[in-house]
Amino acid sequence: MPSLKDLKNRIESVKNTRKITKAMQMVAAAKLRRAQEAAEAGRPYAERFNAVLSGLAASVGGSDSAPKLLSGTGNDQVHLLVVMTAERGLCGGFNSSIVKTARAKAQQLLAQGKTVKILTVGKKGREQLKRDLGHLSVGHVDLSEVKTIGYVNAQNIARDLLNRFDAGEFDVATIFFNRFESVISQIPTVQQIIPAKFEQGEADAAATLYDYEPDEEAILADLLPRGVATQIFSALLENAASEQGARMSAMDNATRNAGDMIDQLTIEFNRSRQAVITNELIEIISGAEAL
Amino acid sequence: MAETVQFDLVSPERSLASLQAEQVQIPGAAGDMTAMAGHAPTITTLRPGVLRVTGPAGETEYVVTGGFAEITADGISVLAERAIPRAEVTQEHLNEMLKAASDALNKAKEVFKNEPGPVDDAAKLLADMVAMGTHIGLDPNVSNL
Repeated sequence: MPSLKDLKNRIESVKNTRKITKAMQMVAAAKLRRAQEAAEAGRPYAERFNAVLSGLAASVGGSDSAPKLLSGTGNDQVHLLVVMTAERGLCGGFNSSIVKTARAKAQQLLAQGKTVKILTVGKKGREQLKRDLGHLSVGHVDLSEVKTIGYVNAQNIARDLLNRFDAGEFDVATIFFNRFESVISQIPTVQQIIPAKFEQGEADAAATLYDYEPDEEAILADLLPRGVATQIFSALLENAASEQGARMSAMDNATRNAGDMIDQLTIEFNRSRQAVITNELIEIISGAEAL
Repeated sequence: MAETVQFDLVSPERSLASLQAEQVQIPGAAGDMTAMAGHAPTITTLRPGVLRVTGPAGETEYVVTGGFAEITADGISVLAERAIPRAEVTQEHLNEMLKAASDALNKAKEVFKNEPGPVDDAAKLLADMVAMGTHIGLDPNVSNL
């Protein structure tokens, strides 16, 4: 049975923890709003871009001269998995769910006899993958110094990917990130970015007849690398919003749990205080009776 | 009053302008073009340059680099990797862009020694930037590059 003082200390420390988690929750809520705005502001660009690109891809895609970024290298032996996670923890299952998805994919590919390479974006992903898949890692992108994600960050990652692609380091690139659905739901998403893949529906919608200047293939060759950057950028934005959402709900839970714990501890504290008083009374009374 | 058309200028990070415009002058890769209501559907890539929008409220100019413009019956959308209102462009912006372009050129020269294509492209990009700098009255500073 813990002493009264121990209980008091514990209540005090849980109260402090609650203050911290509460503060983190509020910070996450503020950041979430900003991240969500950024994600929404970036959406029109990405949507337009993909619509135009898929229209172009549909009209050029069939020909032999289609760029490699669209048609692929012709085989799919080497896969590059780009795993995007957060730089920080304390955001519930956010990082683990991406890592779990990526790990499952990596093992599935390895089982098929493919070569797997992993590029991590964000510290947490690298740490979690280091133990069992660390030997597959080909690089890491550190975003811990970046306060707000800009298009420049996405461009740098895209440039790195394209350089590796040109050097023939991989055939297929897939990105893993969390799509922001709501504060309580973030969906781990797997998206193939090289060679580019488009949904059929988008292509049909963009089937207007355009004049192209310069010609279609030149435009496609110009736009495809930008498309990679655009996709990475929207993935980064979605991820940032998801991270804050996940942290917010995780911290909300933690705050509530701390409150419950404080209530329980307080009851226990009161009970043992009462027990101590009763005990003292009994001692006094029995002492008086013994006289 | 001239017929107007919906005009949107978006960059990856945000949407910069969305308004009814009378005409839009676009710095296309194959030359400048002016789009007005009823223009044939066209897609063109952009070269670094000045985008001039004439709307009911007067003329607005933006410095744009990279991306493309899509002209449809419903409107004109310009998707630029970077777009800055001309009044806000400073010497630092220009220097930074020029440096990026000249780095790209140097790299292209190294990587594609025997293929003139990419090197020429990068050289053209740099030249376009210098021309744009001169055009908007900033010092292109070519000597330091």
